[in-house]
Amino acid sequence: MSQFKFSIRTPAGRVRGLGSARSGTEHFWLQRLTAVANVPLAIAFIIIVVSVAGRDFEEARLAVGQPLIAILLLLFILSGVIHMRIGMQVIIEDYVHSEGAKVVAVMANTFFAVAIGAAATFAVLKIAFGI
Amino acid sequence: MAEAKAPTSQPAHSRPLSPHLQIYRLTWTMVMSGMHRATGGALYIGTLLLVIWLVALATGPRAFDRVQWFMGSWLGYLILFGYTWALLHHMMGGLRHFMWDFGKGFEPKERLMLAKGSLVASAALTLLVWVVGLSLS
Ligand code: HEM
Repeated sequence: MSQFKFSIRTPAGRVRGLGSARSGTEHFWLQRLTAVANVPLAIAFIIIVVSVAGRDFEEARLAVGQPLIAILLLLFILSGVIHMRIGMQVIIEDYVHSEGAKVVAVMANTFFAVAIGAAATFAVLKIAFGI
Repeated sequence: MAEAKAPTSQPAHSRPLSPHLQIYRLTWTMVMSGMHRATGGALYIGTLLLVIWLVALATGPRAFDRVQWFMGSWLGYLILFGYTWALLHHMMGGLRHFMWDFGKGFEPKERLMLAKGSLVASAALTLLVWVVGLSLS
């Protein structure tokens, strides 16, 4: 590029992908998508928690292991973890301004979300398969 | 923003820049915006609880009993109650966002009604969940 005085790239093309999140509207859209999914899933989740709350170990395992309940929990984990990761990234980008700390915080946020998601998914599957 | 030039001469009418401490007024919509962020952050931490509970249930009776012991204490109940309220409040905030995404609900009266309405609705729903939940268990 250096030998040319003018670039044929449009101004929009030059800055695309260079926002604070290094991406465009995908996060906004994914936040909406998971938010819509979260509405029925969170309502189902609250009902599940309330109905399992007072039970002892055996009963709670039986309840969580039921296919419909396990599937609803897995869907809420998936949607919730993606949603909370992007949501927290927005908060980090708003308040953490030094580039280094921001990169570390955004990375830690992703690690947290993935770890939470993996642990919860593993637990539900183990319970559901009765292992 | 970096290219924006500072005005070289004083404008004819110097307008207050926001936020301006002497005329700062907290409004319902501002509070609710902050609450959406605060409840989102609280849910982020609260998700740990869900995972601890699930992993304990997957691990075995002893681990599960230890977690249940905490959840059954007054502090455990307080956290669970707060978690349900945060989730329902955040959900009502999310529903308001969906409405705004379609360009609806921006009139001053509507904004105020939505803000107050979602506060009342989330409190009512939380109480309903707990009254039903506690009477079942
Ligand atoms: C119950 C259904 C839920 C709905 C309808 C919902 C909706 C939303 C929406 C629309 C936003 C974007 C707000 C904006 O653009 O300013 C948002 C942000 C956020 N949500 Fe949720 N959400 C739900 C559940 C959750 C859960 C379960 C968590 C955490 C585990 C969570 C954590 C967050 C966080 C951290 C943010 C960022 C807040 C901010 O930027 O101020 N949400 N939510």
